[in-house]
Amino acid sequence: MAEVRYVQATRLYPGTDAPAVDALDLDVHDGEFMVLVGPSGSGKTTALRMLAGLEEVDSGAVYIGDRDVSDAPPKERDVSMVFQNYALYPYLTVAANIGFPLRIAKVKKAERDKRVKEVATLLGLSEYLERKPGQLSGGQRQRVAMGRAIVRVPSVFLMDEPLSNLDAKLRVQMRADIAALQADFGITTVYVTHDQAEAMTLGHRVAVLHEGHLQQCGPPRELYERPANVFVAGFIGSPAMNLCTVPVSNGAASFGGVDMPLPQSVVANGRTSLVIGVRPESLEVAEEGIPAKVDVVEDVGADAFVFCSTELGGETTKLVARSEARKAPRQGDRVTLRPRADEALLFDPASGERLEL
Amino acid sequence: MSTASVPVPTALTRRKPPASVRRRRFLMAVANHSMLIVAAVVFLAPFGFIALTALMTNGQALSSHLWPNPFRWQNFVDVFHQAPIFRWALNTMIYACLATLGVVVSSIPVAYALSRIRWRGRNLAFGLVLIALMLPPVVSVVPLYVMWAKLGLVGGLGPLIIPNWFGDAFSIFLLRQFFMTIPEEYLDAARVDGCGELRILATVVLRLAKPAIAAVALFSFLYTFNDFFLPLLYTRENPSRWVLQIGLSEFRSLHQVQWNLTMAATLLVMAPVIIVFFLAQKAFVEGVTLTGVKG
Ligand SMILES: Nc1ncnc2c1ncn2[C@@H]1O[C@H](COP(=O)(O)OP(=O)(O)O)[C@@H](O)[C@H]1O
Ligand SMILES: [Mg+2]
Repeated sequence: MAEVRYVQATRLYPGTDAPAVDALDLDVHDGEFMVLVGPSGSGKTTALRMLAGLEEVDSGAVYIGDRDVSDAPPKERDVSMVFQNYALYPYLTVAANIGFPLRIAKVKKAERDKRVKEVATLLGLSEYLERKPGQLSGGQRQRVAMGRAIVRVPSVFLMDEPLSNLDAKLRVQMRADIAALQADFGITTVYVTHDQAEAMTLGHRVAVLHEGHLQQCGPPRELYERPANVFVAGFIGSPAMNLCTVPVSNGAASFGGVDMPLPQSVVANGRTSLVIGVRPESLEVAEEGIPAKVDVVEDVGADAFVFCSTELGGETTKLVARSEARKAPRQGDRVTLRPRADEALLFDPASGERLEL
Repeated sequence: MSTASVPVPTALTRRKPPASVRRRRFLMAVANHSMLIVAAVVFLAPFGFIALTALMTNGQALSSHLWPNPFRWQNFVDVFHQAPIFRWALNTMIYACLATLGVVVSSIPVAYALSRIRWRGRNLAFGLVLIALMLPPVVSVVPLYVMWAKLGLVGGLGPLIIPNWFGDAFSIFLLRQFFMTIPEEYLDAARVDGCGELRILATVVLRLAKPAIAAVALFSFLYTFNDFFLPLLYTRENPSRWVLQIGLSEFRSLHQVQWNLTMAATLLVMAPVIIVFFLAQKAFVEGVTLTGVKG
């Protein structure tokens, strides 16, 4: 068991001018399930590989437990990893694949077989032990990869988009299995995904990365309700939060003709504009409000998301509102949208930081 | 209730393609097969001629008859009395096996370093390998001969075998191309699971590259087994070091030409190559099409 600490950890790939991971500061507690999330190319994989020892730490440091492992080779770090494409050895049977780390660690054959059997039972792989990976389905391969990672009970468990090759249904199921497994073993886990829904459902805490910078780290609810900046606000939640730059006058923001009163702390320093953030569930189709035209209605069962376009300050802007599916307008309808002022978030237009109210 | 019944198919019946399509397919099959048969005859004719002559009496071999009458199996025994075939075969095996072993053992680490380890000048080194690959062997033959002569090794198998222990450009190229296609994830997984670099090469890479290594060994074996030029150059003066190919060509001049025996000997020399090819056909074909092979 161990905690993990990144201290100003930086990775600059040779031949590139911007660091892939830039001065990352992140603490992962002992036994915690930490999810790194961000769009493609944000540096998640690089950060994970730095922890595994597969990528150099160019400046700063990475700690596992109390030990600075920045220069230690992977085999000295006691971590195990599940790769995106599983990296199962095609020439070994399932049993040999799961037992591989134990064989390298020179665990006796009898003990090895026992541990492999235990893990296989745990993951529902007992029937497939003698098969080769090529004879398994995607979900089964994924389980074998998990088994190989868990079999030697590492200090830290790393996973890089382990579910991205599975179909939607299997993904949801495996998500639950991974969460249960992690809770059972209580192994410190760092999990990488680009899927914010996966991050929100799995992580004890979620760290959002963007262009190599850590944007925010906190429990899922906090990221959702109190995003640190415009990027996090737009990235977390689906459909994405409506973010609009609006003019400020007389202590109120004018959101498409709807005046939204602003707290004193926000108005005080004489801002002339603001970024206002409204989640789809805080924007309703109402009798009065922002006039808009419906582009698409996405019916997701009980609810429907109404994608509209409107004119804000002379520019066409897209807005998404949520409505009850049965009362949803139709494509092409003209509607008015009313934001709930008390649920709106405010951001500084220059820095993108959220303003505390 | 309606009585109009829809016929329920009980078993899947195969739809028969229309007559025009069937006729076209049939003609295509005839055309393909006749071409293959012609090609096969062209390739097999010399082989058949050798086999038939090998079973004739000497007198008949010089006549215009194509079919042996009587069949003289004794030829295959006589060959061994007339020429030291076992000696030649032993020399060939020494040459082919040691050279092949040398090529494999020396080319693998070079190919690994040229594909999987990052170092300064790697591309330049690979360029040199490519140049060596394009250089016709004849160009370097004279200086090499002088070198071996100065070392006092001409007349033995040393000059044939030793160079193979210093890597072979074609094998390095082939292995490198294959190593490049091995996904980095496999190596990373092994690293995280506790393997050092040498261990990774010895277990993971060699296992994944088995078809490529088999192909390299096979190419090298066939090349050296059939090699005529180098053995002729270095061992001509020393009959105790002759390999099969040299022995075979000297066989005629050694005694008066006996075509039936010559052909019997030829058949015996060809047999191992054909057997190896049939046993390792899969690896052979894979080796030729390696660039398209995925793990
Ligand atoms: N081996 C490499 N060499 C150079 N640049 C790289 C390498 N690997 C990744 N990068 C760059 O680093 C950035 C972060 O990549 P990565 O960590 O893979 O992102 P993510 O996993 O979040 O999609 C990207 O801009 C990518 O192009
Ligand atoms: Mg990635």
